Amino acid sequence: MGTEEITEQPVVAEQVTEPKEPLFSKKNKRLLSDPMDDENPITVQVLGICSALAITVQVEQAIVMSLSVIAVLAFGNVIISLLRNTIPNRIRIIVQLVVVAALVILVDQVLRAFAYDVSKKLSVFVGLIITNCIIMGRLEAFALANRPWPALLDGLGNGASYGVILIIVAVARELFGSGELLGFQVVPQVIYDLGYANNNLMILPPMALIVVGLIIWVQRSRNPKLIED
Amino acid sequence: MLDLVNIFVKGIFIENMIFAYFLGMCSYLAVSKTVRTGVGLGMAVIFVLGVTVPVNYLLENYVLKEGALTWLSDDFATMDLSFLGFILFIAVIAAIVQLVEMIVEKFSPALYGALGIFLPLIAVNCSILGGALFMQERQYANIAEATSFALGSGVGWFLAIVAIAAIREKIRYSNVPAPLKGLGITFIITGLMGMAFMSFMGIEI
Repeated sequence: MGTEEITEQPVVAEQVTEPKEPLFSKKNKRLLSDPMDDENPITVQVLGICSALAITVQVEQAIVMSLSVIAVLAFGNVIISLLRNTIPNRIRIIVQLVVVAALVILVDQVLRAFAYDVSKKLSVFVGLIITNCIIMGRLEAFALANRPWPALLDGLGNGASYGVILIIVAVARELFGSGELLGFQVVPQVIYDLGYANNNLMILPPMALIVVGLIIWVQRSRNPKLIED
Repeated sequence: MLDLVNIFVKGIFIENMIFAYFLGMCSYLAVSKTVRTGVGLGMAVIFVLGVTVPVNYLLENYVLKEGALTWLSDDFATMDLSFLGFILFIAVIAAIVQLVEMIVEKFSPALYGALGIFLPLIAVNCSILGGALFMQERQYANIAEATSFALGSGVGWFLAIVAIAAIREKIRYSNVPAPLKGLGITFIITGLMGMAFMSFMGIEI
């Protein structure tokens, strides 16, 4: 009973995300470009919000996080796509979770070895890549039904567009919150002398939500077909 | 005892899963269109967190942690399996969610009717794995503390989703700018609610 309900869940995402393009190369290019705007995983499909907000206080963390997600998503997509004909339908969620969890363990160990400070700052959010909805969503909706090459492109496209939003939010928060970018002072001292002050609210969690809300506002004003009624 | 209450209250208000850590946002945004579904999912989250965090606590302390296997044999004193944490936690969560679903279906069809659709969704809800990972990071002293943390976080999540669902039901009648409708305004309201919740910071019992 339960597994049947699980199987129904991703179908919704599938209808939205499957581009129907006859030309192979053009279709493949769309796999990379669609997620940037019309099918953006964060602002349109609302997937993977959890981590997108929590680690955007500084640009450095956001970049590391995006690279980790891109890596996990691309490899996960390829692996599931290669296994798609051998995975029994009823246990595919578990298989996907195991594949993703194994990849995340790799990413986590690499980060601990080569970027320990950032890995400490990201704390539990590296582990939470496992339950990042973008990953499960793409595996369910795309990798299970497509060959490895399109699956890889799809993984890269979605991962990259996730990263773009993450970095936009992080730039806004770090610039206005602490006057820095990537740890370097950007806002010159002269402006502080004139009475400008850093907006400490930007560093606190609620502003991440509001910044994403504003990004959605801007994107939907420019692209009216995304407006909900 | 007071410690436990303190951890519980902290989990609800100060370290709220949604407003402080944004865990479980995906289902929070997707399932908060009406209060009824919000209540269903919120209850399921409390339930599953309350079951999985203690189990993962035992796993962490008797299998994974460095020296945790000494109850088997002293030879394992230097064994550190914590790198396996992610994979075991998520496996435990997926298995327990499946089990819980079967048990609830068998013994309480009414509860199953209320939670049924939401239970499978929960295996991939960040707040559940997040609960396990925070439990690991914060090193709770005993299983009672871990359980009260889990229940507190669950109740905090429940409060958040019910509150936003109620607001979303009302906001349907307001004149929101078209591009902000739906998702955008929900984000902004959640941000404002988060600011309100920040005023609980520093509460201690």
